Order: sequence, then structure tokens, then C-alpha cells
Amino acid sequence: MAAVTRCSSQLVRRLLSHQYKRRCFRVQQPRAFLSKLCNARLFHTTSVRLGPIMQFKLSDIGEGIMEVVVKEWYVEEGAKVAQFDSICEVQSDKASVTITSRYDGVIRKLYYAVDETALVGMPLVDIETDTGPEVVQEEDVVETPAMSREEHTHQEIKGHKTQATPAVRRLALENNIKLSEVVGTGKDGRILKEDILNFLAKQTGAILPPSQFLETQTIQKETQQDAPKPDLISKDLTEPLKGFHRAMVKTMSAALMIPHFGLCDEVDISRLVQLRADLKGLSEERGVKLSYMPFFIKAASLGLLHFPVLNASVDEACQNITYKAAHNIGLAMDTRQGLLVPNVKNVQLLSIFDIAKDLNRLQTLGSSGQLGTSDLTGGTFTLSNIGSIGGTYAKPVILPPQVAIGALGKIQILPRFDSNGQLVKAHILNISWSADHRVIDGATMCRFSNLWQQYLENPASMVLDLK
Amino acid sequence: MVLRSARVLQAGPSLGGLPAALQRWVSGPPGGLVLRSLSRDVFQNLALEDWIWDHLVDRDPGGAAGTPRSLLLLWSNSSSVVVGRHQNPWQECDLRLARLRGVPVARRRSGGGTVFHDPGNINLTFFTSRGDHDRQRNLRVVTAALRTLRPGMDVRATDRYDILLDGRYKISGTASRLGRRVAYHHCTLLCSADRGLLSSLLRPTCHGIHSNATPSIPSPVSNLLDHDPSLTSDSILQQLVEQYLAEFGVGPSLVLDVQPSESSFQGLDRSLETLRSWDWTHGKTPPFTVDTTLDLRDTTLDPLDQGETSPSTLVLRDQGSSATVRLEVKAGRLQRCDLRVPPQWLPGASCRELAALLVGSRFCPSEMAAIAAAFLRSGPPDPRLRNLCDNIVALM
Repeated sequence: MAAVTRCSSQLVRRLLSHQYKRRCFRVQQPRAFLSKLCNARLFHTTSVRLGPIMQFKLSDIGEGIMEVVVKEWYVEEGAKVAQFDSICEVQSDKASVTITSRYDGVIRKLYYAVDETALVGMPLVDIETDTGPEVVQEEDVVETPAMSREEHTHQEIKGHKTQATPAVRRLALENNIKLSEVVGTGKDGRILKEDILNFLAKQTGAILPPSQFLETQTIQKETQQDAPKPDLISKDLTEPLKGFHRAMVKTMSAALMIPHFGLCDEVDISRLVQLRADLKGLSEERGVKLSYMPFFIKAASLGLLHFPVLNASVDEACQNITYKAAHNIGLAMDTRQGLLVPNVKNVQLLSIFDIAKDLNRLQTLGSSGQLGTSDLTGGTFTLSNIGSIGGTYAKPVILPPQVAIGALGKIQILPRFDSNGQLVKAHILNISWSADHRVIDGATMCRFSNLWQQYLENPASMVLDLK
Repeated sequence: MVLRSARVLQAGPSLGGLPAALQRWVSGPPGGLVLRSLSRDVFQNLALEDWIWDHLVDRDPGGAAGTPRSLLLLWSNSSSVVVGRHQNPWQECDLRLARLRGVPVARRRSGGGTVFHDPGNINLTFFTSRGDHDRQRNLRVVTAALRTLRPGMDVRATDRYDILLDGRYKISGTASRLGRRVAYHHCTLLCSADRGLLSSLLRPTCHGIHSNATPSIPSPVSNLLDHDPSLTSDSILQQLVEQYLAEFGVGPSLVLDVQPSESSFQGLDRSLETLRSWDWTHGKTPPFTVDTTLDLRDTTLDPLDQGETSPSTLVLRDQGSSATVRLEVKAGRLQRCDLRVPPQWLPGASCRELAALLVGSRFCPSEMAAIAAAFLRSGPPDPRLRNLCDNIVALM
């Protein structure tokens, strides 16, 4: 809890001593009013009554409606409510009605479950008020001119009203604060408890813990408050892994059963950068955004034609190897759901423009959360563009039942020496491959990587091998 | 001790961004006000409706002269499906088609049934104080306006607050929301909506749903322009404005075009975010169960689709089986998933594992597909398992 400075401790004492002063109030209900001076109450649990229990009846909805269906409760038994807070939503013949609380207090009983029919004029909830009979009936739910002239606790000066609940007014009174000087941040400019506290904090220069001030029975209130939300900063939070994350646990555990080896290299894609810049406009004229990925994917497919073992699949016992004919190259995507790997099917038959088009489609589906199972399954080789987020070299994990994966780092502009020994600006991309060492050896991976690199460093050579 | 309050109820910080004309109306004497939204985005318009409800209508209840503040909001949306507050979108419309066509599905805050909106449909929201809430009076504004444009047109409001054309075709449906002090009543008006798209979208495709959600009552609909092609949406709009001001206008009136944006309507973005979120549009569905059977089939061997099968697996074309599925969905998330697949078709352990993984995730195809893909990857390739996953995802 925040420290209380010396000057404000006086305020604390004054407020706590409030409970021992009798106040003059209008008694609206003939019920017995339990004394607030009972000390034993401070140590009791929630079963002790603090104030009278008000039966809040479902008031007239209007239009001759006699019954409604309770559709949603916004509170539960034991929850604290303030005046004007929403309690529940009821529905009657296409009209959705929000019922708001007439009192400050604690919900003691809900008379209906969701989907039950509630009758107008019958009790809806029981509220145990903490401010006692001082709470006056607020304007009834149905506002008619006669009722709006009823006594209420709003201060009226020349037709202007300051809205604040009785608890807030008392707080202001205790601290000699003029409500007119406080800026209300609640609905309709209503002044809330927090507004008074902020005002006080500015005055005294102290950060005052709010819970000390609010109600007179402070310790009592703690036991009745809603369960505190987990504070992730100070407390450990344990929750079971569900759904997608649980599935990933199994996938990744299976993946690491594969003996991985890694191979990293750097690729000078300066010429590719130039080529893409040239082709970008043309592609956009056709309605497709062109990134570097289609080139990387196509180059990988051209390489796989020479090294089909990298596009293979082994069974669980690693007894049979299947060389897949289709190059379904997956692209690891970071989406709302987590890591998804949609794949472009049959890259060996597609042009770079076709690949770009398909990537656009997958990216749109991925960002709107609409990827289907056919897009997400059936991949034979994967590229991860982690560099689009960051990173240079990586250690990617193979996605079973595939046998290889590549991770592309970010493109950096670095100084390099060209063939003439001159220092030039080069666009450098780092690539990190991982492969299944049971079926792939280092030499194969390296040769594939060299071929891929060659295609990208000299994009024109792709033209020779395009089918 | 009376606390002196000198706080003047004027355009406070939340109203500071409003157009000047609107600010003057707020702080001036009460008069008739018509707002026309320039936005065609269903979420923005619903958020604007909420904003007006929260900030504009109850500024000065009772008012200096004791007259309530009323206003009319006119709005139209691009193609969208709008379900009622307590409805089940899976039960009301073809969600797959909506996704395919890029038609958003929104949930409004008032009750009632599902409607299809498009630019050929005019939405009217009548804001009044709670005591003045009178749906028949509002609908009379609409019918009177139409009869002024075309005397003798047979438009009548029913007991259920629909407006029928020629006694048969529904051209308007109603829903309302009542709060402590204010109320609104909104209704549609079909002028020239795309009826083909309407009927294909409002056709549910997820069968076997049991729920207590408010069901929609389908009715034959018609466009006003189908009945009388000489009518135009603009002339209808104009007449509605005039009729409203004649009926409700007291004192100086104001007709204003507004663009729902955070700068003009402070706090709009927060409402917008809620209305757009899946947790609101789909997650607010009352709990329901889905009881259905899946038709499982072996996929035929396609030479190019060799993602899953290996040549050693013989596949018979017409072998099939059926599985029963029971799903319990609460707040849009799967609470329970029972998959009963004949053991000779698929091992029970795999099905139970799949079911256990699906529990807790959202009842939406993309999340289910992601989990299914991760699950399929964690074991040996199995086309039947994949077929089962595809079938389950297709349910949504």
C-alpha cells in the first residue's frame, strides 16, 4: 500500500472517526438500523448484516409489459454495486432494457436465473445497503414528470445539477471539498469517488490509498470485494496450456526428436533488390504486392529440383523415406493465434508472379484469421521470414514430417568488397538452415544452399532454369 | 449543509470535439435535431448510436423548460449482417458465405432479430427520454412520410412494430433499448436492398444447434423501390426528416451531417473497439450446444496432393463412416467436445486427444484450423484424421 504522509493521516483519523458520529438523515424504511459502532463486526465474515436489505423490485417497463426475460446478469451475489451501476439486461418483445441499481450496496440475492421470466412489480434483487436509510429513492426507472420532482439528493441551483452518490457527497463533506470544484469523470459528468481522491491528492500532495477512505467499515469491505485480478508483476500466475499452445507443445516435442544440424551463410542480394524495384510497379499494376519472398521461395524450389532429398518426408520410425513430388513450400507467419505455417502448393509449377499472388492471398487470410486446414497442412519444405521482425542468424526447428527448414534474417546494408577489390554497399541477407541429420548430410545441405544463393545473387540465372 | 454547486452543465470535455452547430444545440434551448451519419461502416454507426445514447440525449433531463430532448439519427451501412443482442450468429446466418463475401457480422445492443443492411436500407434511430418512448408514434413518422410521398400507399405498422407494405411484405423491423433515463427505438426501411444477398446470407448453415438465444422470425420482405420504381432513397430521406421535425420538433431545428470519428466524438474509439471485437460479435452468444453427425470419407488419391498419403496406403474411394459430435459452447468458446468415431475408422485415443485440444478455444474456423494443423503435425500423417479435422472446422 502507498505510504500515507503525516498530514494526510489526520484525514484518515477524521474519516475513520466518522463512523462514531450520528448523522441526521431521513429514515425512509421502517426497518431497524443496526448500530455502526459494533466493533465485533470488524472481525466477522460476510454473514453479518451491515445495513438494511432493500428489495429492489422490477419497476414498470412501460407499454403495458408485465413480464420480461432476464438475459444477462452484470452482477453476482456478494458483488458490490454503486447507485446507477447496471445490474442486468432484460428483454421484452424486441426491447432490450438495462436495469440499473437504485442503491449503493452489496448484492445479496438474485431472484432469477438467465432466461427465466421476471415479473414486473416483483423483487428482482436484494441489495444490502451500506449507507443505511440515508439513501433516498432515486428517480424511478420510468421517468414521468410527477416523479422527477420527488426529493432526491441532487443539489439544484437554478436548474443545474451536480450528480454524485450520497457516499461521494459525504466524502466531499468530510474533507470540506466543494463539489463544484471537482471535475466529474463519470457518466454524464457525475463525480465519482476517484475524482474526490484525485482532488485531495492534488491538495495535500500525497498519494492516498483509495481503499482506506471509501466506506466506513473498511476491513469488512475487503472480505466482500470481488476476487482480485491476478497481479502479474508481483505474483506468479499458473494456468493450464490450452488449445493451440497445447498442440504446439506436442508438435515441438516431436520436432526435437529429430537430430538437427545447422548451416548458416550470407547472401548478397543487391541485384535482387534492384530487380524487385524494377518489377514492383508492374506487379502492382496487376494488383499484386511483390515482396522478396516469392523470389526466395522460387529459388528454393529450383534448388529442390536438384536435391529432392530436402523435399522428402520420413515416417515416425525413420524406416521409410518418401520423396515428395510437389514442392509445397510453407511460410512461417506470426498471427494472432500464434505461429501458423500456411504453404504455397506446387511451387515447382508456379511463376514468381503466381507465387506472389498466392502469398498475398495467404497473408490476407492470415491477418483476418481465416486460414483453412488445406492451407495449413501438406507442406513439404518451410521458410521462416523471421528477419521481417528482426534477427540475423537463427536456429530454426524443423516441422515434422519435413526434413529441412530455412530461416531468413533481416536484410542489412553492409560494406563488402566487390570482385575488383572496391568497397561497396551490399544488401546482405543471412540464411540459417536446419536439416534432419538422419537422412541429410552436411554436404547436401551446403550444396543446396550454394545453389539457392547463386540464384539469388544472380537473379538472371533463374531465367535459365525457369520452367 | 447545502453544498453550493456552481458547475454549469455545458459542453464538457467529452463534447468538446463536436461540430460547433451541435455544441450550440446541446447548450441551447431544446429543439428538434436530425443527425445523418456519413459513415457506411456498420461498426462506426453502431458506436455512434452508443455515443449519442451515453453523451447527448440526457444532457439536461427535464431541461429548463421541462421538455425532453429528442433526436433522430439516420444511417446506412455497406453490406452487413446485424444480429440482435441475445442472438446466436451461427443459428441466424451463413457465416461462411459472409466471410467469403467480406460481409461483416455485427451485434447491436438492442434486442430483436437478425437483419441484413446495405446501402439500399435506411436505418432510423429515435432517441427520446424514457417517459417519451413511444414506438408507434415513431413508426407513424415513417408511414406518414411515405404516404406524403405517395398518397394511397398501403403502409401500416403492426402490433409487433413491423411496417408492412400492401399488408404482406415487411419493409421495416424494429428493436429498442431502454435505460434508466433514455431510450431509443431503431428501425430499418428497405428501399433498394440486395434481396438476393439478403436471402442467401440469412440462411443458417450450422445445423443441430440447441440454444435459448432469441430466434429470428423470417418474413417475406420487399423493397419500396420494387413497389414503386419512381421513388428514390434521397426523396424518402428528405421526407423522413421533414416528417420527424413536424412531429417532434419544438423550437429551432437542426439537420446535420456528421462523420463518426474519435476527434469529433471523444470516446467513440473505445466503443468501436468493443463492437468490432470477436468477443462481442460472437462471444456474447448465450450458451448453446451443437449435436450433429459428420460424414467421414476417405479422400481419393490425387497424384499432386501427396501431402499426407504415402504410396503404400491403399485407398478405397467409397469407404466412409459417420461420427457423432457434441459441442458445448459458452461465451463463444468450446467448453466441451465429445467426438464419437467408430474405433475401426480412427483410434479413439487420437479423437480424444483432438477433442481435448479443441476445448477452450474459440468456436471459429481459423482457430480450430490452427489447432488442427498443429495437432496433425505432431503425429504421423493420417488422411482420415485430416478429414475429421476438416469436417469439424466446416461446422463453423
